[in-house]
Amino acid sequence: MLEAIAGLAPDVIARHGAALLVVIPLVLSGIAAFMPNGRLGWMLSIAGCAGSLLCAVVLLLQVQTLPGGVVSYELGGWDVPLGIEFRIDALNVLFLLLIAAVGLLAAIFSLPTVVAEVRQEKRALFYAAYLICFAGLLGVGATGDAFNLFVFLEISSISTYVLVALGGNRDRRAFPAALNYLMMGTIGATFFVIGVGFLYAVTGTLNMADIALRLRDIDGSNRAVHAGFAFIVVGLGLKSAMWPLHQWLPNAYAYAPSFVTMFLSATATKVAIYALIRFTFSVFTPDMSFEAMNFGFLFAPLAMIAMIACSFQAVFQTDVRRMLAYSSVAQVGYMLLGVSIGTAAGLSAGMFHLVNHALMKGALFMAVAGVVLTYQGTRINDFAGLGRAAPLTMTAFAVAGISLIGIPLTAGFQSKLALLEAMLDRGWGFAVAVIVISSILAVFYVGRVLQAVFFLPPSNPRKARQEAPALILIPLWILTIATLWIGIQANWVIDLTDAAATAALNPGGIR
Amino acid sequence: MLEFILERANYWAIIGLMMVGLYITFQSTNMIKRLVGLSIFQTSVFLFYITLGKVAGGSAPILYGADAKGHGGHDGHGETEAHGTEAAGAAVDHATDGPSSDEVTQAAEEGAHGAAEAASAYGGGLQEVYSNPLPHVLILTAIVVGVATLSVGLALVVRIREAYGTIEADEVRAMDIVTADAQDADDIELAAEAS
Repeated sequence: MLEAIAGLAPDVIARHGAALLVVIPLVLSGIAAFMPNGRLGWMLSIAGCAGSLLCAVVLLLQVQTLPGGVVSYELGGWDVPLGIEFRIDALNVLFLLLIAAVGLLAAIFSLPTVVAEVRQEKRALFYAAYLICFAGLLGVGATGDAFNLFVFLEISSISTYVLVALGGNRDRRAFPAALNYLMMGTIGATFFVIGVGFLYAVTGTLNMADIALRLRDIDGSNRAVHAGFAFIVVGLGLKSAMWPLHQWLPNAYAYAPSFVTMFLSATATKVAIYALIRFTFSVFTPDMSFEAMNFGFLFAPLAMIAMIACSFQAVFQTDVRRMLAYSSVAQVGYMLLGVSIGTAAGLSAGMFHLVNHALMKGALFMAVAGVVLTYQGTRINDFAGLGRAAPLTMTAFAVAGISLIGIPLTAGFQSKLALLEAMLDRGWGFAVAVIVISSILAVFYVGRVLQAVFFLPPSNPRKARQEAPALILIPLWILTIATLWIGIQANWVIDLTDAAATAALNPGGIR
Repeated sequence: MLEFILERANYWAIIGLMMVGLYITFQSTNMIKRLVGLSIFQTSVFLFYITLGKVAGGSAPILYGADAKGHGGHDGHGETEAHGTEAAGAAVDHATDGPSSDEVTQAAEEGAHGAAEAASAYGGGLQEVYSNPLPHVLILTAIVVGVATLSVGLALVVRIREAYGTIEADEVRAMDIVTADAQDADDIELAAEAS
């Protein structure tokens, strides 16, 4: 199937795919800003996302077929260690594919909710901001240059602050949430730059593969390298909502426009986790990250606290979106737990959970967006009795919720199982207990909503039977069916994440 | 001791600015002041990069003197290489003179690499020592990012002021708590009706 899609691509994508991946949405965003109405902006954003997805598919096939497994693209024709390189290997092509696919589905689904939540004259600009954010996230994934990574991180973040603040039309609490996010995000990004500065001081290069190569020659006890590592980890930890640096996330997710919440939950923190994996495994060697710096012993406890504490907080939320936001922080804990073991199996399981979480959280927030659109409410009380009023929307919500808990035949089960196996291989029995407790807490918080949806009488004043529009239902069900499909037939995703873990641990093709 | 402090004047300034900036960001309740603190914090990083770009004895990275004739490439690669190693040697000498610390070794490596890079990138022919221009370019980009962040932040403060009538973070939080309490009361009422 992928070959067939890639066959559609013109020749130029085969040669310049790595750059076009980012350039297409970036250029279209400039055009979208001048569109007279939101519908044209919507079409442009679909075109941009589809173009990027095509590039990502072509890149995936190239990475899989090329001998070294690395696509290297020199921007502007400058030789590699001097100029900026876009460097795609099995690790980041997984993230590029995920972001592009989720971004396309999000773009398709966005029109009805944007019409309902964003003022008429701002819609074209809204789509322009969305395309910039999308391009920035892809840029973070594609670039092989540490400073360029910071620039793309900030391109996506600044547009994200704007997108979050647009929720202020519905609820004014979006403004302080966006400002808070801006402060935390900027501090995180600046910490990252300080860390890159230390690495540059020691190695004299900004190309990540080149830094990795030069760090091998440097004595492991170099203080500047250690300081750089610490700054980079804290900076990216802030961006990826690692507990206890997650304070910006719940409010930003709860008050942003529904579409923005859905897109961010599925992509933004994931990209930061990618950067974290890239730095801890490829740039710094795992030996250094896990033995000299004890990265695992710092991260595993934080991840486990996140899994328990934030699941616990999720149980007591009355607003469905806040509940799902806290659950997101808990799920970031699962991913970081997988990363923090430092084995290929753990890394692969962590990334597998990351992919699954993007799909199921995307589906959950899409369903919530449908409810916001038709019933105007995000509190659990507003969801009461919707099982009968909107069966299609709510069934998808239930399936994704069950996957979040990790019940067999769903994607969440598969990745939690992989995570458990990786933990047992490493001999971390206590982590198994934490995963189980956290999953039980998930039963409570998802169960509270599902109980209201299916067993309580409707309390919402708008009782009429009303499904979400087809533009929401179709992407929602694509994500839901993907969740079920991975739950039954997980091999194709596991193959991708295994290849990604191998590429992260052995950054092949280093000159 | 005094020499040890003065030699690193830039780094002390960086640490001072960074701490001042972070302190204002966290301590202040006025949102504008918090953004100012954030900008000071970012400025310290700009200074950090610029300090890294300084090569001992180097001038501003603009070709002058013997280098200004053309773009090099035709007058002898041997000289260039000799020069590169010379610069590196000078940096190392400098390093061994001063007290041994990581920063100084960094500076040495930086000098060596900067010189070698400049020589190889330009195809040779540089007669004078120049500072490393790359950090300046990076910081130009970072300044642009900082300005964009600050302007988005200030725009958000304007909207907060319109929506809440205040720019004090604690007053905004108090109003949000009132809103949340009202919603909770609603929820309890609805739940009571339902049962």
